[in-house]
Amino acid sequence: MSYAVGDRVRARTGDPDHHTRLPRYVRGQAGEVVALLGDWVLPDSSVAGLATTQTCYAVRFAAADLFGGGDHTVTVDLWESYLERA
Amino acid sequence: MSEHDHVHGVHGVHGGEDHHDLPVAARVRRLEERLIAAGVASDEEIDAFLARLYESASPVNGARMTARAWTDSAYRELLLSDGNAAAAELGFEGLGYQLRVVANTPQTHNVIVCTLCSCYPVSLLGPSPGWYKSFAYRSRTVREPRAVLAEFGVTLPADVGISVWDSTSEARYMVLPVRPVGTDGMAAAKLAELVTLKGLIGTALV
Repeated sequence: MSYAVGDRVRARTGDPDHHTRLPRYVRGQAGEVVALLGDWVLPDSSVAGLATTQTCYAVRFAAADLFGGGDHTVTVDLWESYLERA
Repeated sequence: MSEHDHVHGVHGVHGGEDHHDLPVAARVRRLEERLIAAGVASDEEIDAFLARLYESASPVNGARMTARAWTDSAYRELLLSDGNAAAAELGFEGLGYQLRVVANTPQTHNVIVCTLCSCYPVSLLGPSPGWYKSFAYRSRTVREPRAVLAEFGVTLPADVGISVWDSTSEARYMVLPVRPVGTDGMAAAKLAELVTLKGLIGTALV
């Protein structure tokens, strides 16, 4: 599954037992793709000695969704397998 | 939160600049000891790597790019669409990361953080300040940036939106501040002197 700018996506909820760069505070939350950054090695794979590349996306979340308050946005760079369509 | 706790929190975010006192410094020293003990790297190799990394790393670099963008609209466009190409144009080549520059406007103020560690464009901003690596800055900036900015002395009007960028990937972020009023006709070299490291992170207006 690949995404385009403007797509609504949701960060996966799982709590993997290995290294990941999916911050806990966005897990399960929906946001909007604002940029495609490139195809980069997935940190979850490099720590296992692999070099799986995936598209990385800048995804913008509303603070109110993440924290139940705040009028700001938080944009987080997330690899494709961290996301599902919202 | 009591008034006392609040004042204490101020120091927690941006009080000291002495890295040796920070918990992270103790962790780094311990990690270095383990690497050396395991034969992964020698003390000399680590020192040489850091010397190369920091040789030309300075916020003066980011300030020069900022001043050029303030005085050259084509360069500003390049800086915002292809940060690496814009950096290379001023002689900063082979950054080793994707540079993404986000522009402040009268409507939006940007601020950079790395909640997972302390990612940051070292070659263009110089060594990161102690507060940038602190748990307080990393955890609070995504949650309550307006309060964090106020502690840095940046009080934004309520109608100015805040956009926080969490550097979780191979991209490194830099803020392009708004050119200060009253600087019309000022040469780029003079303008660059106005730009601070905090301005390039977003914890100051310039």
